[in-house]
Amino acid sequence: MPDEITLSVYRGDKSGGQEVEFKVPMQTGMVVLDALHFIQAHDAPDLAVRWNCKAAHCGSCSAEINGSPKLLCKTRVDDYVGEVIHVRPMHSFPVIKDLVTDVSWNYEKLRQVPAFQPAIKAPFTLQQRDVDRIQEFRNCIECFLCQNICHVLRDHDAKDRYWGPRLMIRIAELEMHPLDTGDRLELLKGAAGVGMCNITKCCTVVCPQGIDITDNGIIPLKERVADVYWDPLGGLVRKLHK
Amino acid sequence: MAQTAESLQPTKRKSHSLPYWVEPTFTVVALGLFGLYTLWLVFFQSSGQFHNYLSPFFSPTESWGIKVLPAIWVLWSPLLFRATCYYYRKEIYRGFFHDPVSCAVPESRKYYFGETRFPFNWANLHRWFWYVAVIVLVFLWIDAVQAFIFNGHFGIGLGSIIMLINVSLLTAYTFSCHAFRHLIGGGSQKFSCSDGRPTTRYKWWNRVSTWNENHGTYAWVSMFFVWFTDVYIRLLMNGVIHDVRFF
Amino acid sequence: MSEDIAYHEYDVLVIGAGGAGLRAAIEAAEGGLKTAVLGKSLLGKAHTVMAEGGVAAALGNVDPQDGWETHFYDTMRSGHFVSDYRMAEIHAKESPDRVLELEYWGAVFDRTPEGKIMQRPFGAHTFRRLAHVGDRTGKELIRTLEQKLMTLDVDVFQEITATKLFKDQDRVAGCIAYYRDDGRFAVFTAKAVVIATGGWGKAYKVTSNSWESTGDGAALAFRAGAELADMEMVQFHPTGMTWPPGARGILVTEGVRGEGGLLFNSEGERFMEKYDPARKELSSRDVVARGIYKEVKAGRGTPHGGAWLDITHKGAAFIKRKLPGMYEQLLSLADVDITKSHFEVAPTIHYTMGGLRVEAQTGATSVPGLFAAGECAAGLHGANRLGGNSLSDILVFGRRAGAGAMEYAKNAKMPKIDGAEVQAEMQRVLAPLARTEGENPYRLHEELQEIMANHVGIERNGPSLEAGLQKMQELRERTEHMQAKGSRQFNPGWHGVFDVQNMTLLSEAILRGAIARKESRGAQWRTDFPDEMEDQGRVNYVQRLTDHGIEVRPEPVPQMPEELAALFKRGVAPGLANSARKE
Repeated sequence: MPDEITLSVYRGDKSGGQEVEFKVPMQTGMVVLDALHFIQAHDAPDLAVRWNCKAAHCGSCSAEINGSPKLLCKTRVDDYVGEVIHVRPMHSFPVIKDLVTDVSWNYEKLRQVPAFQPAIKAPFTLQQRDVDRIQEFRNCIECFLCQNICHVLRDHDAKDRYWGPRLMIRIAELEMHPLDTGDRLELLKGAAGVGMCNITKCCTVVCPQGIDITDNGIIPLKERVADVYWDPLGGLVRKLHK
Repeated sequence: MAQTAESLQPTKRKSHSLPYWVEPTFTVVALGLFGLYTLWLVFFQSSGQFHNYLSPFFSPTESWGIKVLPAIWVLWSPLLFRATCYYYRKEIYRGFFHDPVSCAVPESRKYYFGETRFPFNWANLHRWFWYVAVIVLVFLWIDAVQAFIFNGHFGIGLGSIIMLINVSLLTAYTFSCHAFRHLIGGGSQKFSCSDGRPTTRYKWWNRVSTWNENHGTYAWVSMFFVWFTDVYIRLLMNGVIHDVRFF
Repeated sequence: MSEDIAYHEYDVLVIGAGGAGLRAAIEAAEGGLKTAVLGKSLLGKAHTVMAEGGVAAALGNVDPQDGWETHFYDTMRSGHFVSDYRMAEIHAKESPDRVLELEYWGAVFDRTPEGKIMQRPFGAHTFRRLAHVGDRTGKELIRTLEQKLMTLDVDVFQEITATKLFKDQDRVAGCIAYYRDDGRFAVFTAKAVVIATGGWGKAYKVTSNSWESTGDGAALAFRAGAELADMEMVQFHPTGMTWPPGARGILVTEGVRGEGGLLFNSEGERFMEKYDPARKELSSRDVVARGIYKEVKAGRGTPHGGAWLDITHKGAAFIKRKLPGMYEQLLSLADVDITKSHFEVAPTIHYTMGGLRVEAQTGATSVPGLFAAGECAAGLHGANRLGGNSLSDILVFGRRAGAGAMEYAKNAKMPKIDGAEVQAEMQRVLAPLARTEGENPYRLHEELQEIMANHVGIERNGPSLEAGLQKMQELRERTEHMQAKGSRQFNPGWHGVFDVQNMTLLSEAILRGAIARKESRGAQWRTDFPDEMEDQGRVNYVQRLTDHGIEVRPEPVPQMPEELAALFKRGVAPGLANSARKE
């Protein structure tokens, strides 16, 4: 094992910046966040990096390592033996400083999703099979790596037309709750912009929680929109059924 | 055990995957060749029948008086079914439109409207093309059965087996579809009856969900096999090869 | 100073955006008061997210004999009878409602075959009691509270650090805080303030806690005159990771043992049979942690100073279904496949039972208008916390503190904050940036952790504690002279200055509490006083900060009324006794 690794870390703020190289002694099983902590303690005490739990539970330490969106606490340094490790902030959000970005837009949108509207008071009677698929979505740690990789937000900056995979998953968990009475389809088709997604699945690829965002979340939402807006026959059948 | 000295050896833990352009290039080449082959069939071939073997491109042969080129009569429906398929859409957007060509690879085009406008919003009609595809599938199954009947007697030839595999793969592809998964059960909000037992729709949804995981594989393999079936029959028609009879 | 300061006024100000803080804010906002929440991190990232096993509530969904009396009984016994019985009673009675309320707000718990909320067994709980979602219950809880909060008119200030509480005469008047992203100041005037900032596990090096657990709120309130209690009670979780070095201390959930995991020493002996023959691996946390510690000390430890935890006998399918998070965590961080091999675990600092001394009903501290709830408050857990009781704690007492603050604010006028005090605090906060030389906050944090590990760890004794106190006082002196390089823009070195100051203050209180308690009880294990003193031990050591430093005094534990005391006289849990009677 090499004694030392080289990290090239983005330093800068909204006015710009560049990567700066640091040497860090290699330790067994080290993750990239450990290396950044070493840099903070020894070379650059003001190196800004967001982190909390260091156990991949909280979703704070999202960044891009050699071009791929990853959690810093879960990415092992020994995955990059013989390479310089380039660490940059998330591309789709404005940089505050160094590796810290302004992700407040996501919280604004989360606030705009109509909340859970249960049909009855708790305690609920629900089978495990009724909640399995929403539990998958509620495993989200809000790291926003899916928002970061989504090309609609990343390359086209279409935040005014599409709310991104995280928000789709939030809406999906409500729409698929057996006891929810809310209707978010107009929102989905309109402001939230599910039609902007072209199901190229990069969100699913980067999700550290392994949520099948596209197949289990977004596509079923697209089909729900199709039920109402592209399928008059189905709509009639549903009306008669009621 | 990880904590033993052995695992502390300097090993590269992960091998890096293929270059990002491999997958989109494969898509473009595969779909491109298939498209060219199809065009050749449409314009230069008028039939695809060799005794009791019928090429899937030309089924059904009955056109009920509607006059179009024989290949076009059936081809539009599976083509539209595939073009609006959630799996192919991913590959097409990546391969042909570079939207995006691969994850985290920058896009050059500024303008993007996703599937909100024509023609891409037609992807929402996927379920309608699925309905039609199921009708075509019925004919293909009839053809497959015919392939085992040689002059009124049961028999098995290599062509019979190829046609059976072909229609099976097409069935797997059709019934692992995302839209079907939604219609059969995914669209319902509750999966249990009031007595706590699973609903029939849940059971179907659960089953289709497992098929759906392999939808992409079925998509490619079934497409390849449709082509292969046609080639086989065409070679028989032209006398290049002879069918092998097992029984 | 020509600073651009933001001024805000609220009826109720909640400092801390974990489970307790969010629950308090929901209560106050639903009561129609103007409410704000301050958090050091982004919303939903607080330490609550790391809770794994479940939330303890006597719903009786799988064990119908369970009821509040048994939950109360288990809590008091595990707390070694220095808990505030009133808190334990309220907690046991109200947790089921709080859990059901979460379900109504959108939480999705695992289900029983009858379609009710599923409950799992845990160490020292008589019945299966922990409502859970796989091994990620804390996340479900904080996400639900976050989503509920978003439907209410509450101002949420993210990534902001409070550095001082202000007072107007005797009562609390608000606080000053700085935004972490750009260092701007904001002054919050509030009729009532709720402290819900969690514990201070980061004072120790080997800990399962996130960086936020630096005890800010408790330290701020302590400086503002509020009293601390039970500070010596710091919980070691028996099973933290030991390897690789960067992952040392990360939690391995108690669920591994709950689902059948066994502990072995390096000689292959199942040593818990010695220390607790009846409950073995599922004994209470203090006993198991001490067991591992003793084995290591006797030379029977594993290569990295711990014990082997083995669950391979349960089979790969079972492990992956019941403990998906643990399987993934050990595989990705330590290259260990727990379905195929045993792995090393060692005790890790997990929870601070002590904290701000509060009134059971309202969460009121000794400072008028100042309330506290959650890990930063003392009283419920006594000398040892039961697994699963912290999530129910933050729900029950978060709500009560919110309600208490609301009642107080309704009858109070808006206080005044002295402008000169604001100026003085701003100068103090900015001073480290202006210093051209001074102590390095990262280094002092390491020194702090070293003192804590060496002098007030699992095993304690008088002379070592005294020596530790001496060192801690010297360290506290040095924390006044820290220097932060760089600007006010998102500067972790600068942020660390206040974390270290808060932790050293509370660490001194831990040492003083441990010195004062001359016995062994729960988490406090003194080799010079190895026995639990039945009578003179039933006190809480209460601490107050005066001009002369910290003062410690014993306060007798409140006496249970007859009907509660009777629950303990049968020598068996109430639920078991009742069902036995029925038979």
